[in-house]
Amino acid sequence: MRAAVLRKEPSSMPAPIDPIVEVRGISKSYGSTEALRGIDLDFPRGKLTSLLGPSGCGKTTLLKIIAGLIKANAGSIAVDGKVVTAPGPERAFVFQDFALMPWATALRNVAFGLELRGKARAEREEIARHYIAEVGLAGFEDKYPHQLSGGMRQRVGLARALSVDADVLLLDEPFSAVDEQNRRKFQEDLIRLRSNQNKTFIFVTHSIEEAVYISDRIVLLSPRPGRVSQIIEPEIDRSGDPDLIHRDKHYLDTVQEIWQGLKQYAE
Amino acid sequence: MTLFGYRVPMMASLLVWCVLWEIVGRLDLVFLLPPLSEVLSAAVGLVQTPSWQSATVTTLRAFFTGMVLSIVIGVPLGILMGRVKIADDLLGMWVNIFSSAPLSALVPVLMILFGFGERTIVAAVFLFAIWIIVLDTRAGVRHISPSLIEMARSYGASRRALYLKIILWAALPEILAGIRLGLIRGVKGVVIGQLLVAIVGYGALFETFSRNFRMAEFWALTIILFAFALLIAELIERAEAKVEYYAGAR
Repeated sequence: MRAAVLRKEPSSMPAPIDPIVEVRGISKSYGSTEALRGIDLDFPRGKLTSLLGPSGCGKTTLLKIIAGLIKANAGSIAVDGKVVTAPGPERAFVFQDFALMPWATALRNVAFGLELRGKARAEREEIARHYIAEVGLAGFEDKYPHQLSGGMRQRVGLARALSVDADVLLLDEPFSAVDEQNRRKFQEDLIRLRSNQNKTFIFVTHSIEEAVYISDRIVLLSPRPGRVSQIIEPEIDRSGDPDLIHRDKHYLDTVQEIWQGLKQYAE
Repeated sequence: MTLFGYRVPMMASLLVWCVLWEIVGRLDLVFLLPPLSEVLSAAVGLVQTPSWQSATVTTLRAFFTGMVLSIVIGVPLGILMGRVKIADDLLGMWVNIFSSAPLSALVPVLMILFGFGERTIVAAVFLFAIWIIVLDTRAGVRHISPSLIEMARSYGASRRALYLKIILWAALPEILAGIRLGLIRGVKGVVIGQLLVAIVGYGALFETFSRNFRMAEFWALTIILFAFALLIAELIERAEAKVEYYAGAR
C-alpha cells in the first residue's frame, strides 16, 4: 500500500505547502437538504486535485462555490490569500455539458473569455488559435459546435479555459459526456497538458480510475451531507508512456483502496 | 403524389383548384364568383390604378410601423418575463389572455382612442402581433441552458454582455418563430383594422368593391393580400432555417 493516506479526520491534517485555494468551513444547504457540511480544504499550487465521491456528495456544488457561481451558507474561499465571493479572472471553469455557444465557431467560443475582457479581436484570436492547437484541434477553428464530436467540444471548452490564462482551472466532470475511447485519449492529453502548463487543476469526477489516473491528490467526499472523508496522494510516475499507468501496481492498489472505502455508499 | 405512374409536382393540386374555379365561374352559377381568368386580368388592371397604389403604400406603412413597434417592445418584454419572476407573475396572465382573445372586438375601442385614421390601423397591427412575440421570446429565454448563463458569469460577463451576447442569441430561434407568427397575425390586424375603419387603404377598396359588386376586383385584392402574407412568412421561415442550423446542437 504505497498510496499515502494523509488523514481520516479533517482537523488533524498539517497544511500542505503553498496552497493556492483555501476552503474554510464551507457549508451549503438547499432548503432542508444539507449538501455540504463544514468543508476545510487546501489545494496545493501547481497540482491536480480531484474531488471524488458518489453522486449526492456535493462535489460539483463545492466546485461551483469555489468558482463563485454558487453562494455558500457559511465559510469562505480564498484564492492566493484573497477572499473571493464571485467569479474572477484567476479561475476558469470547464463545464460538464461543455457550455459552448452553438451560434459561434470554435474559434469564437475559445476566444469568448477574452472577448468579455475587451481584448482586441486580432489579439484574442491569435491566443485562441494557439490554445486550439494546444488541445489538438488545429484545423477545426471555423467549425460550429454541432459539427464537432462530444470529445472535440470539450476540447474547445478546455481551450477556452486555458486561453484566459487563469491560475486555477476548475473542471466539472469534464469527460462524463464524452464516449469511452475519446475519454481515454483526453485523459492522456490532459496529463501531457499539465506538464507544460503551470496551472492548478481542481477536477470533479465520480470515476475512481479517472481520479487515480490523473490526480496528484484525491479528496474523497462522503455523501449526505458532503464531508471530507479521506485525502489520498497516489505516487504514480506519469512521465513515461501513459498506457503503462493503467498496469502500474500503485495505480491498481490505489483504485482498489478507494473502492473499498466507497463501497459502503453503493446502492 | 403519382398519377398513372407519373410523378405529379406539388403545385399541381393548386392547378386543379384553379381550373375548377374557372369552370364554376364560367358556368355563371354564383354571381359572387367570376372566372379566375377575369379575376387575374382584374388584378393586372387593379395594380395599375393610383387608388390601389396609394392604398398599398398606406397599408404597408401601417403594417410595418405596427410590426416594428411590436417587435421592439415585445422582444424585450418577453426577455424580461423569461428572466424576472415578478415580471412574469404580473404580466403572464394578461399576455396569455390577449394572445388568445378575439381581438377584433377591441378594434372599435382603438378607434375611440386613436381616431378614424392610420394610427388606429397601426394600433390594431400592434395589438394582434405583439402577444405571440412576447410568449415565444419568453419560452426561448426559459429554455436557455443554465450552464450557458453560468459560463458567461464565470468568464466575467457584465449584465449587458450577458443579455446581448448570450441570452438574445440563445433565444433567437424562438424569437424568430414568434416574429413569424406575429407577422401573420399582423396581416390579420391590418386587414381587420382597415375593414372596420373602412376609409383607409385596402379597407376602403374592399368596401368600394363589395358595395358595388365588383367581384373580380374584390377577389383580385384578396389574392394579392394572401400572397403578401404567405411571402412574408416564407421570408422569415428562411431566416429561421438558417438560425436553426447554427442552433441545431442545443
